[in-house]
Amino acid sequence: MEDRLSIADSAERGPVEDVEVRGHIIDSLILPKVLDCITTGGGSFLIKNINIGQGRTDPSFALVEVRAETEDQLQEILAQIADHGAVPTAGSDCRVVEADIAGAFPEGFYSTTNQQSEIRLEGKWFSVADQEMDCGITVDPKTSAARCIAMSDVEVGMPIVVGHAGVRVFPLERAHQDHAFAFMNSAVSTEKPKGVVIRQIAQLLFENRQGKGKSLLVGGPAIVHTGSGNLICDLIRGGYIHKLFAGNALATHDIEQSLFGTSLGVNLNESSLADAGHEHHLRAINRIRRVGSIPAAVEQGVIQSGIMYECVKHDVDFILSGSIRDDGPLPDVITDAIENQRRMRASIRDVTFCLMIATTLHSIAVGNLLPASVKVVCVDINPSTVIKLNDRGSFQTVGLVTDVEPFLRALVEEVKRLEQTTH
Amino acid sequence: MPTLPHILMCPPVHYGIEYEINPWMSTARQSNHKLACVQWESLRQILLDTGAQVSEVSPVAGLPDLVFTANAAIVFGQRAVLARFKHEQRQGEEPHFRSWLEEHGWQVDESPEDFSFEGAGDALFCGDTLYAGYRQRSDASGHQQIGEMLGVRVLPLELVDAYYYHLDTCFCPLSPEEAIYFPAAFDDYGQRVLAKSIPKLHAVEESEARSFACNAVVVGKTVVTNSGCPKLHALLRSFGYDPIETPLSEFVKAGGSAKCLTLRLDGEEAAGWKGQSGS
Repeated sequence: MEDRLSIADSAERGPVEDVEVRGHIIDSLILPKVLDCITTGGGSFLIKNINIGQGRTDPSFALVEVRAETEDQLQEILAQIADHGAVPTAGSDCRVVEADIAGAFPEGFYSTTNQQSEIRLEGKWFSVADQEMDCGITVDPKTSAARCIAMSDVEVGMPIVVGHAGVRVFPLERAHQDHAFAFMNSAVSTEKPKGVVIRQIAQLLFENRQGKGKSLLVGGPAIVHTGSGNLICDLIRGGYIHKLFAGNALATHDIEQSLFGTSLGVNLNESSLADAGHEHHLRAINRIRRVGSIPAAVEQGVIQSGIMYECVKHDVDFILSGSIRDDGPLPDVITDAIENQRRMRASIRDVTFCLMIATTLHSIAVGNLLPASVKVVCVDINPSTVIKLNDRGSFQTVGLVTDVEPFLRALVEEVKRLEQTTH
Repeated sequence: MPTLPHILMCPPVHYGIEYEINPWMSTARQSNHKLACVQWESLRQILLDTGAQVSEVSPVAGLPDLVFTANAAIVFGQRAVLARFKHEQRQGEEPHFRSWLEEHGWQVDESPEDFSFEGAGDALFCGDTLYAGYRQRSDASGHQQIGEMLGVRVLPLELVDAYYYHLDTCFCPLSPEEAIYFPAAFDDYGQRVLAKSIPKLHAVEESEARSFACNAVVVGKTVVTNSGCPKLHALLRSFGYDPIETPLSEFVKAGGSAKCLTLRLDGEEAAGWKGQSGS
């Protein structure tokens, strides 16, 4: 169970190549010999397709995936099995065309998925970095380094992969059969034992605190409205959350609570409307705008508690994205949508676990940026949020339909329990 | 009406050790040309005496190994799949073999590009199966493609000893169900394949394999080998064959012997397709 939950192993895979062997490969023992060669060479194989000839003179065919620990080892194995007639199936390199217009791909560009991909150049496979759905792939002509590139970031002259030849994708299902959430068959869980899932999430947060992967929280203002802000503060103080993506609202109501004890004018302790409470959030924004930024407000003692306070105090990288319905907004809010995408894209590179709580559009936006290898848990009172995420390709998401506050309370308890049992 | 056994040979007019492309060859250890001619003529006479018809491809200066006609092609009825020699030194032989075969009525097919293939030296029928030696001179993939071209079952056998660089130096089908072989020239897989697929398989001892015991010409029940293979000959006699030895020492210096010096044009005795209609 411990191993299954590990995040660190998720991206560890050796180089791989598909080979085909055809002819009388069964009677001649060529296929077993090729397979033996692969394993004695230190590699592993997967027979992806096999077709055995029916008649005595009918040839057979096998498509075999060969995997090794290093590129050199793979090449050595491939050279050996080539002598027995096992030849790589990938016929051609990918085609690369220079972008002729800034901010647009050449026609016929390869459109990416969020699955790990590789491109073939001069007969060798190169991993595509920064995997993200709905992007293109650009290649550094000197180093052959490939990475996903957003349409808006295309520059004139940038080499862009065109067509499907020479590109291969590794579906997550096969590569990670031991996904941490394998026990959950349906993506959206309304009728699953939540305690088990919450324990798993706590375990992931706990392991990520030790490992090099980062945990990202994408949160909506309901966290504050439901009085769960202090629970998030607990997690930040415990070192479990390294990044926060939110909008103007979460930060605003968090600061409102810090300054006035209300969220949207409601006293969080008494659940009653405060006098002139509707003004509180605007006054909160105004006060921060007067100071210049949230970090400055924390430094000057204007903000002395809350999620944003803890973020500043614990070096949590927060990105606040603006929208057209925002009041203010807070000075830290980025109002340029493309710039927001860029900032978030840069920030998620080391994220291995993402917790999305009570925000639909923000969750979808971040889901679009995340490679499929990042485990995502989406918590929302509304099942459609998770369904939408899945429909948009973030199929690695596991959804939990529940109220935010009891979820977070249980999560913090589980994390603390883990701390106690391991110390 | 059965046709006469038909064998292609090439007089050793220009034969000599002019390069080294196998462990037997040493340019420092020249063949005795006069003796080579005598030995070749003796072999030819033995084959004629068995009732075979012997045709000759004209010798060509600068192509000393043209004498080893076994490597010209494999014959399958009126089709011949032409060799694609691995070593540059022998590639010049291809057009001469092609011309001869075409002039004498064979449909000549090119062997698959990008793969080397050394004719009947590495591809021998035993029953309905084409046994194909690879690793040393011919490629496994090429063999499989030739099998598809001809519509026959191909069993590639890896040759693991450089001294037995062609299949016909370590394996000789005698009939569709019987063959002799030198086990150590094959890896474990190859030995298992042979043992499983050929009902009567006889091993040759190393000392005699080194004398090219397996490089035999089979015509009917007559089996012609280099001299120095008494145990094999005793064995063959016990199975009802008529072994004949003839000295071929001057050709052994180039890594060849009786079989290498001949190409059976009407199909080997062991070829299952022989005598079947439509081949």
